[in-house]
Amino acid sequence: MTGILILLVYVAIFAISFLVVRFLVHKTTTDYTALKTVTFGDESAVKANRIASVVSVVTIFLIWGSFTGSSWVPGFVHAPGPFAGETSFVYTIETEDGQKDDATVFVRVADFGEETEKFEVDPGDGIAKNDAVGMPASRSTTIIFDKNDEVTRKDGAKVVAIDGVAIGAEGEIQTPAGRFTLTGKGAISFSPPKGLQMEPIWLPPPEAVVSRVVEIASEGYRDSTLAKHLGYSLFRVIAGFLFGALLGIPLGYAMGLSNWFRGWFEPIVEFMRPVPPLALIPLVIIWFGIGETGKIILLFLASLWIMAISARAGVSGVNISKVHAAYSLGASKYQIMRYVIVPNSLPEIFTGARVAMGVCWGTVVAAELVAATEGAGMMIMVASKFQLTDIVLMGIILIGVIGFGIDILMRKAENWLVPWKGRS
Amino acid sequence: MSGLSIENISMRFDLPNGTAVQALQDVSLHLKEGELMSVLGPSGCGKTTLLNIVAGFLAPTEGKIVMNNHTVAGPNAERGMVFQQGALFEWMDVRENVSFGPRMKGQTEAEWGQHVDHLLDVTGLGDFKDKAIYELSGGMQQRVALARCLANDPDVILMDEPLGALDALTREKMQGLVLKLWKETGKTIILITHSVEEALLLGERLLVMAPRPGRIHKEYRLPFAEMGVGADLREVKKADGYAETREEILEMIWNMEEEIMGRAEEMA
Ligand SMILES: Nc1ncnc2c1ncn2[C@@H]1O[C@H](COP(=O)(O)OP(=O)(O)OP(=O)(O)O)[C@@H](O)[C@H]1O
Ligand SMILES: [Mg+2]
Repeated sequence: MTGILILLVYVAIFAISFLVVRFLVHKTTTDYTALKTVTFGDESAVKANRIASVVSVVTIFLIWGSFTGSSWVPGFVHAPGPFAGETSFVYTIETEDGQKDDATVFVRVADFGEETEKFEVDPGDGIAKNDAVGMPASRSTTIIFDKNDEVTRKDGAKVVAIDGVAIGAEGEIQTPAGRFTLTGKGAISFSPPKGLQMEPIWLPPPEAVVSRVVEIASEGYRDSTLAKHLGYSLFRVIAGFLFGALLGIPLGYAMGLSNWFRGWFEPIVEFMRPVPPLALIPLVIIWFGIGETGKIILLFLASLWIMAISARAGVSGVNISKVHAAYSLGASKYQIMRYVIVPNSLPEIFTGARVAMGVCWGTVVAAELVAATEGAGMMIMVASKFQLTDIVLMGIILIGVIGFGIDILMRKAENWLVPWKGRS
Repeated sequence: MSGLSIENISMRFDLPNGTAVQALQDVSLHLKEGELMSVLGPSGCGKTTLLNIVAGFLAPTEGKIVMNNHTVAGPNAERGMVFQQGALFEWMDVRENVSFGPRMKGQTEAEWGQHVDHLLDVTGLGDFKDKAIYELSGGMQQRVALARCLANDPDVILMDEPLGALDALTREKMQGLVLKLWKETGKTIILITHSVEEALLLGERLLVMAPRPGRIHKEYRLPFAEMGVGADLREVKKADGYAETREEILEMIWNMEEEIMGRAEEMA
């Protein structure tokens, strides 16, 4: 239910902000692409609309905040929260011999983050006595109404109505206090209105995640600070990737330059390529244990094939006229390699490196989920066992941010080292 | 015997499907040092194949290339090639491209610097020395390719449609440049072209090839290249005999194309 509502809100914000921006913001680009008349189908004329990007990110936080009752978003955008505070309802019992009596149940519903409390009320008179119940918000609770009554369910007493609305063994009823059903044994099951907000255990508000970041950054989690957890993951990725590149690139070159190497390694590479690195985790753990060696070998394997294939593609992508020209200019084989084949393959290798880094980063998190004593994945895994959803979310966000950061750095390095990419 | 000898070259491409293409059939000719020869012929008559064999990129099925008394066995710095396009090194700037040959020989900048800068000036690239290749126009790139070949000081320059992709004006300027460099450096040059005008203007000797199998059809010795050195090429086109020769060659190639088309139609 809430999911569909969130989706509708999201689509509505998408459409409304599109229309608003379209009618209110006038293009002031001075770029010549603004003069292109054919833009539909010309990919180069499509530029990410920065307003859309900002609105998109703000929308996510807004929805997140409003459906978690975040203190960061103003109260009027909050989705209706669950009932909290004091409420009460009257139940009516009927004994086997047809006697009826009413009693009141006083309920104190503790808001998210508050403790439920036990309290006493005046039992009142009659055969049914008043009860006092404490419960957390957004849950349901089973009320053993007859534990202080003079006639109990064992004596054949039954609840027949709540707040004057008849209730039977089947079906649920709705009163202003909330929803009621009877359990199999005849006790009252009560849920006060749940509202539309998420419980923190499903989705904590953004400020909870941020305060977790601050807390773990300073105090640490599971014996390591946040920086150490992330540092471990990054170190594994970089080490695994470097080893993979160190072996994979020469292997790819050899496969691109020699019949024997290509024949020898092609079956291996083609076989290993479709095997997802995740599938290797169990084997690597069996062989090398859960320490650093195992993880680095796993990431090495994850990047090796990608780098080998991209280096081979880089060699086969060299325009034969360039090689011919270099030979006619008197270059030796070594010089052809050094001045033609290697630089010519750099764009492909960079593309491969970006893919490999992405795969390694994903793989390290997965490997840490399975077994590790520190690392981003381990943090999420342990936190999820204790239902610390804020740490899980924090971990996911940081993993995303770092993965994105790595890709940006790789792209910067690419622009700097292979400025001719895609321009020849 | 100095110069370049093409001796009874035949080239057959055996295709994977069992058929074979006879790209060249018994082609022989001799070029003296400093001769400029243009090659014309309908598409597919084996011009590129012949040039690749002379450059040493392909071994002929029969015959051999002899240059300065030794048989050609592979590509070599004495035979430079100017490709139509795509053969410049994008990861080097203009000057690095042009100095590639000398640098590969291990020369220091002190040795090649002056020569390379002179060639850059001659080809009008002086102001673009430090530019990246992808920042140049097509005509400029072609001049870089020519300068790069010259900087390596080969004995023979092989050009496969070097000016094909240029506009008429740039092309005319480049034709003048080729003539000028030919006269100044005294190189032996083979130039493949699809333009009859260009073949007439730039060919001291003009070879017309015929297809299926690729062979020499007719050879001309022409005065126009000599006349064109340092002169207005448009004036040369008005010279005696130019128009007649052009018509004759056009007719010849027209007939060959006609024959190819006719055969294609018969087959269809
Ligand atoms: N590598 C190859 N494999 C098979 N056949 C080839 C190969 N190279 C050339 N040929 C064939 O040899 C013949 C001559 O080709 P070539 O490229 O030398 O022609 P060309 O005269 O340069 O044509 P164009 O003027 O179109 O460049 C053609 O029929 C072509 O199909
Ligand atoms: Mg050709």
